[in-house]
Amino acid sequence: MVQNNEVITAKELTKKFGAFTAVDKISFEVQKGEIFGFLGANGAGKTTAMRMLCGLSLPSSGEATVAGYDVYKENELIKKNIGYMSQKFSLYEDLTIKENIRFYAGIYGLTDEKIKEKTELLVKELHLEGEEKTLVRALPLGWKQKLAFSIAIVHDPAIVFLDEPTGGVDPVTRREFWTLIYEAAERGITIFVTTHYMDEAEYCNRVSIMVDGRIDALDSPANLMKTYSAASMDEVFLQLARKASRSE
Amino acid sequence: MNQFLVFVKKEWLHIWRDRRTLFILIWMPVVQILLYGFALTNEVKNSRIAIFDQSRDLSTQAISEKLAASRYFNLIKNVYSYKEIEATFRQGKIRLAVVFPNNFRNDLLHTNHAQIQLIADASDPNTANTLTNYASSIINDYQQSLTQNEELPYTIKTQVRMLYNPELKGAYNFVPGVMALVLMLVCAMMTSISIVREKEIGTMEVILVSPLKPFRIIIAKTIPYLIVSLLNIATILLLSVFVLDVPIVGSLLLLIGESILFTVTALSLGILISNTAKTQQTAQFTSMMSLFLPTLLFSGFLFPVENMPIPLQVISNIVPAKWYYIIVKSVMIKGLGFSAIWKETLILVGMTAVLLGISIKNFKIRLS
Repeated sequence: MVQNNEVITAKELTKKFGAFTAVDKISFEVQKGEIFGFLGANGAGKTTAMRMLCGLSLPSSGEATVAGYDVYKENELIKKNIGYMSQKFSLYEDLTIKENIRFYAGIYGLTDEKIKEKTELLVKELHLEGEEKTLVRALPLGWKQKLAFSIAIVHDPAIVFLDEPTGGVDPVTRREFWTLIYEAAERGITIFVTTHYMDEAEYCNRVSIMVDGRIDALDSPANLMKTYSAASMDEVFLQLARKASRSE
Repeated sequence: MNQFLVFVKKEWLHIWRDRRTLFILIWMPVVQILLYGFALTNEVKNSRIAIFDQSRDLSTQAISEKLAASRYFNLIKNVYSYKEIEATFRQGKIRLAVVFPNNFRNDLLHTNHAQIQLIADASDPNTANTLTNYASSIINDYQQSLTQNEELPYTIKTQVRMLYNPELKGAYNFVPGVMALVLMLVCAMMTSISIVREKEIGTMEVILVSPLKPFRIIIAKTIPYLIVSLLNIATILLLSVFVLDVPIVGSLLLLIGESILFTVTALSLGILISNTAKTQQTAQFTSMMSLFLPTLLFSGFLFPVENMPIPLQVISNIVPAKWYYIIVKSVMIKGLGFSAIWKETLILVGMTAVLLGISIKNFKIRLS
């Protein structure tokens, strides 16, 4: 039920924890197939905002729809249509690659045949042929990261949420990872990624920068750099973050 | 439904891949039963004694033989002075000394004032008591054998019947205790660790975002441990019956049913703990302190609850293991039916319902 090609809409979305306002009336839309970067310093409210969109927490006020479904009332439908990759890569180290794929595909309701098909596809794409029975524990970090991402979209969701997916990984591996993201976007999957690496911001179609729970900037990286007369997204961010009163 | 099974299968894989823990889980009850059955026991057998016989007449020798022949005593030496007795005690060689005075038989037959002195090592007061009691009863036996042809005035014959456990085997007491302990450990602690592990490694978030309902997640996590527990119960019962000679007097079905109930109680406790613990270590520690320890102390199998001060007795009522222990003893040792334990069963059911309600509600709240 996607109207006007908007897969995520948020209007004055707010989350309060007692007297503390973590997310303060943010509003934005994300288009289908877009790579949308959700940036901000630690403690700015990025993770809280994303959790609301994923159905992990209920907003205090405001509206939002994900994949066309309302976050308050159609939580279950949202969950069926999104993928998620957590900061820690969400893979089971003591299970094999094949078993991890089977598990995640299974809980998204894929049939046995589909799972088999997807497993072969995934393994081929990641050049992991012959390694299906390897324990994930034995994989290098970069491979785990790519595997986690592929598994997050194994059920071909409309949107995939990535929570700081490149933490702890060297820049070269990060680039390779972003290649995967591009490929997914080209297939029509919308990417919603949070990160505090400003150089990754330049890989996105559009970014929003959260400061103290509000969105202080929302535009393409190129436009933002022009607006703030900055040579890099880092500079843009610094200008905005200097005004911040909250930090982790 | 299929998604649920996929989850259960994954849980199985986790347990199976962690061979060491699995090994411990399966063998722990065996080791405990064997330890309690054969090595650690609070029964008093073969206690070492010494005899100081100053008379050396027919009677003292008869009594000495009876003492030495008893399976409770092991006569290791005859001593010849009080000083020697003192020295032998100090060296820790004996627990009890029996002293016969001079002219024992003479006194016994002619003056009605025969005396025997029993000296016990009371640094372990319970054992000292038990030993002096054993010795006294053996001496009493001898006295009875002397007078059996005569009618003495004012004799009271006490007839002792040890119900349910005529051989006074310690195993009857600790098998139910071990069952409670093992179930508590396997179900509560392992389940809570398993749930918290998901939180720690970050997979819990992903699972929560998936279409799988939280309730099913929890149930799927508990099922493998439920099965391991059933295996443990079976192992313990088999060992009890065939190795320790502790029969199951009552209904096996009832026993198994009640055990499953207690398993579910323990599982819900595990879930409750997992809600509050952030790391596996916290989960483990909390389980030990709040479950294992109270079960050990308040269930009644190590220390009788009735002997505790009232406030502690009240506390023991909220320890689920206490009720399970009563149930198992009633069914397994006393052979009673459901009508005798319906109250305790109801209490366990109530506890389980409350615990499950709270933990599932808490689990959902943590999401928002």
